[in-house]
Amino acid sequence: MSAPNKSYDPVEVEALKPEEIERMREEALAAFAAAADLEALREAKAAHMGDRSPLALANREIGALPPQAKAEAGKRVGMARGAVNKAFAARQAELEAERDARVLVEEAVDVTLPHDRVAAGARHPLVTFCERVEDIFVAMGYEVAEGPEVEAEWFNFDALNFDPDHPARAMQDTFFVSGKDAKGESGVVLRTHTSPVQVRSMLDREPPVYVVCPGRVYRTDELDATHTPVFHQVELLAIDEGLTMADLKGTIEHMVTSLFGEGLRTRLRPAYFPFTEPSAELDMECYVCRGASVGNPGRPCRTCSSEGWIELGGCGMVNPRVLVAAGIDPEKYSGFAFGFGIERMLMFRHNVEDMRDMVEGDVRFTRPFGMEI
Amino acid sequence: MRAPLSWLREYVDLPAGETGRDVQAKLVAAGLEVERVEQLGSDLTGPLVVGQVRTIEELEGFRKPIRFCTVDVGQANGTGEPQEIVCGARNFTVGDKVVVALPGAVLPGDFAIAERKTYGRMSRGMICSGDELGMGDDGSHGIIVLSPEHEVGTDAVALLQLRDEVLDIAVTPDRGYCLSMRGIARELATAYGLPLRDPALLDVPAPNSYGHPVTVADPTGCDRFTARTVTGIDPEARSPIWLQRRLQKAGMRPVSLTVDITNYVMLELGQPLHAYDRSQVDGALGVRRALPGEKLTTLDGTKRVLDPEDLVITDNRGPIGLAGVMGGADTEIADHGAAQGSTEVVIESAHFDPVAIARASRRHKLSTEASKRFERGVDPQAASAAAQRTVDLLVLLAGGTAEAGVTEIVAPSGPRTITLRADHPDRVAGVTYGRETVVRRLQEVGCDVYGQDELIVTVPSWRPDLTDPNDLAEEVIRLEGYENLPSTLPQPPAGRGLTARQRLHRRVGRALAGAGYVEAPTYPFVGEWALDHLGLEADDPRRTAVRLANPLSDAEPLLRTTLLPGLFAALRRNDSRGEHDLALFETGLVFRPTGEEPAPVRLPVDHRPTDEEIARLDAALPRQPRHAAVVLAGARERAGWWGQGRPATWADAVEAGRAVAREAGVELIVRQDQYAPFHPGRCAALFAVVDGEETLVGHAGELHPRVTKAFSLPERTCAMEIDLDLLERAGGDAVEAPRISAFPVATQDVALVVDSSVPAAAVEAALRSGAGELLESLRLFDVFTGAQLGEGKKSLAYALRFRAGDRTLTAEEATAARDAAVAAAVERTGAVLRGA
Repeated sequence: MSAPNKSYDPVEVEALKPEEIERMREEALAAFAAAADLEALREAKAAHMGDRSPLALANREIGALPPQAKAEAGKRVGMARGAVNKAFAARQAELEAERDARVLVEEAVDVTLPHDRVAAGARHPLVTFCERVEDIFVAMGYEVAEGPEVEAEWFNFDALNFDPDHPARAMQDTFFVSGKDAKGESGVVLRTHTSPVQVRSMLDREPPVYVVCPGRVYRTDELDATHTPVFHQVELLAIDEGLTMADLKGTIEHMVTSLFGEGLRTRLRPAYFPFTEPSAELDMECYVCRGASVGNPGRPCRTCSSEGWIELGGCGMVNPRVLVAAGIDPEKYSGFAFGFGIERMLMFRHNVEDMRDMVEGDVRFTRPFGMEI
Repeated sequence: MRAPLSWLREYVDLPAGETGRDVQAKLVAAGLEVERVEQLGSDLTGPLVVGQVRTIEELEGFRKPIRFCTVDVGQANGTGEPQEIVCGARNFTVGDKVVVALPGAVLPGDFAIAERKTYGRMSRGMICSGDELGMGDDGSHGIIVLSPEHEVGTDAVALLQLRDEVLDIAVTPDRGYCLSMRGIARELATAYGLPLRDPALLDVPAPNSYGHPVTVADPTGCDRFTARTVTGIDPEARSPIWLQRRLQKAGMRPVSLTVDITNYVMLELGQPLHAYDRSQVDGALGVRRALPGEKLTTLDGTKRVLDPEDLVITDNRGPIGLAGVMGGADTEIADHGAAQGSTEVVIESAHFDPVAIARASRRHKLSTEASKRFERGVDPQAASAAAQRTVDLLVLLAGGTAEAGVTEIVAPSGPRTITLRADHPDRVAGVTYGRETVVRRLQEVGCDVYGQDELIVTVPSWRPDLTDPNDLAEEVIRLEGYENLPSTLPQPPAGRGLTARQRLHRRVGRALAGAGYVEAPTYPFVGEWALDHLGLEADDPRRTAVRLANPLSDAEPLLRTTLLPGLFAALRRNDSRGEHDLALFETGLVFRPTGEEPAPVRLPVDHRPTDEEIARLDAALPRQPRHAAVVLAGARERAGWWGQGRPATWADAVEAGRAVAREAGVELIVRQDQYAPFHPGRCAALFAVVDGEETLVGHAGELHPRVTKAFSLPERTCAMEIDLDLLERAGGDAVEAPRISAFPVATQDVALVVDSSVPAAAVEAALRSGAGELLESLRLFDVFTGAQLGEGKKSLAYALRFRAGDRTLTAEEATAARDAAVAAAVERTGAVLRGA
């Protein structure tokens, strides 16, 4: 901006006449309104708001007015310039919005295009289901315990009160590791259950012991729709003062409702396992039909074969002989144990029809299960 | 064990309306696993009657012999006229009594009987075989020919007891007594609170000295032996229908009257019996262990070499039976159809040591009805009653005469007692039953109970499984009903959650799945061939594998020493099913024996083994580290509208290793390597610092072309395997938070020309060490080879970022740091700064 004009010249102040200023203002506003695009608006801005624009020149003339006229002229010019600025901004916003609307529409894409450059991975439901069960018990204060899969017979059988000649030992369909002695016996097996981890846990810890033992186990069953020689078990073991079958029942009920939903009944049936006494089989009310299929041929239930109950696993009070073998005083402590097969649970909970689907590693089976279950 | 409800009703007066399902529910609650209730005859409707064959006309001109018969069915057909029936069977003759299905009858299998024209004649019904009536195998497969006393026109459904309910019970090893009607009936009586008519309560004559001589040389193996003799048996006598039917319903096949009777008594009382043809027995019966080298041909026709531990029954000639398992062929009871049927039999009713029988049965791979029962424990007190029952039936049904001689050899033994605190069942159950209930329930089981707070419990002879206080507690609790137990929750001590190791395993799984890998847990069974296919050298430690004595497949007797073969199989399976862009992973144990593991020590079970003993036991086990592995084939990134895809390469495999290591907080050191089963030029050895030492933790790369071919994998399949246990140990301490500088970064790029044999990792390490503390990060952004560099050279371009924590770096400072970095690379790797 140039310095104020100190030399007073009445001729030159023609431009500051009110009607002149009004005209400049209107011309500017008309030019802005007429600008069809941002480019035209920029030109109009240069013409009507630039250093050489009539209003700018008029502004410069104010200094040449006699002091008594300065205030009024200044006010008039100022108001006109304000109005012009405002009109410009409004028009600019208007034109920018028009441009944005047009250009962004031109830039539109089909957002429904897939972008599956790398197919999603997934964790196996057997693994995540084990973790899910672990989490339920960890939340109750249990530890997760692990152990070897190739295991000494002492841990897998003897310490669990399986007498070497008892038929129960033959029940287990054991894989034996071949040995170097004359009979080919090694005293080492593929663990037939995760119960040896219970024994290891008791040997490693002072009571109270609250552990959950997930893992792979092995039995000599050929693979078919309902059997697999390699499967997963989760067992839990609690050793404390004064534990009872009622505690076992409550703990199992908590697990079942955590996994399958509230309000499902469970049932204990007397059974036999060498390492528990008393022993029980655990059944859960069929979570699909809730018993409605029993004696109701019109509504058969595939999940429970219309039995109304699903067999989940075996449980019982830890046989005092097992406590003794693990160095725990059965006069002071008692305990309970519960074990079940993960494959079976998964079949029920997710309607898996064929065991082979769970062991073949077909990605089409595993992918839908994602990261957690 | 199959138990017909009609048979059980003989011992317990069940309410008339009780169905098999009702009984099943009661027995299940009492702890018998009733797997199902078979409804016999539910798919059969009459009229089914006894008929007598009047005439038989052989029809000629058909491809098989066909008979046109007239059969008198009395008034059952409404006319009294003989019924005309065309029949293809031939095992009957004029005058025989047969079973006739009249028009309107429906036989099992929805087989409706109607008048129809066949073979040129009208056939108005059917003469039935046992199979057609769903009676089970009677061994003949022919027409049922009834004994003559049955009247024409009698309802055969009732006569043949075709309608019944049969409980199929899976008897657990502790409940040997339930391998008998007597035992099941006892449970039934208790469950219903009804009295039991014990079929073993028989009058038995006292033993005397003129029975068939018996010597027991091994009273531990055989603590009881009763021998009875029946003479004058009619070899033509056949088992009556009721006996045959009960055997059939229980799942046994009628054979001959004498054998049927011994089987029947075994089913009834649980006591296995053996009948010897006395004319074939030479002198006294004996019980002893077999002598080395002795042989015996058992009833199944197998010639067996006996083990000195085998308990055998002998006569003067040597072994004539494998005690408690199977009799010998030489003294077999001859069938009534044979030329010379047996007319004199010696009955053996003995009690053998369960362990001896179990071992013999295992040794000879011979599991029989007898051995199953002896292994699980037979009531020794029932032996003489069983012998008596057998004698009675032979007299009654076979016209025999019981000889007065009764041989009974009994090793002395006292009753077994258990001391039980009266509140012990309460403390086990978490319920207050009270002494009264405890005593009453134990008495129902058959125990004698004395005492107040401290109970002295004498257990019944048929319950050898009851040995400990908890066994008695179980009896009380199950009879009071498991369903009546309350539910409570114990209060474990506060927990610490998962261990660092367990959390690591989960993170590894998530990281790999997040990177697009699909988890595939595979079987650990492998064969030598897989190790050959991997291209392992003869001395490769991965060839030292755990071998199974009884593998499912002889082709895969070993346990995996690497996860790769299993993943290869899964990859191939997916590929063959049409999925070609594959990235799989598995984490799991591998089994790495040294081959020098000592045999495990036999540890006690009556007290805690010492830590040394446990350590010696563990020393017998192979090392079982947890590994993670991946395999990749096809496209790692697929082609699409965005452009080209990218095949999976060795670099993805190495990156998978880095991803796993990152989860453990470990920065891998990667070196070039040559290692099976990898491509010798595309194999990375993965190292980590474990316990202060650089340690090999795994390998990654592209597979050797021979390996992909051998395993039928897609070309250029890549893989990685890494030891998670080592990574866990290599894992760093808690991360210390970095100090973040807000001063501007100074970026300097350098391109270095090195021999192509120089690993990028070495150049990078040199740059890092030379750049000093101002280096914030360094990244290789280009690798270039070309004629202008010369043969055997490559150019590596790095972006170096420098920053100070306390000031803005001057251009001079950044350049000096860069120059120092380059100087180190020049010195250590022979690099030349490109464009310098």
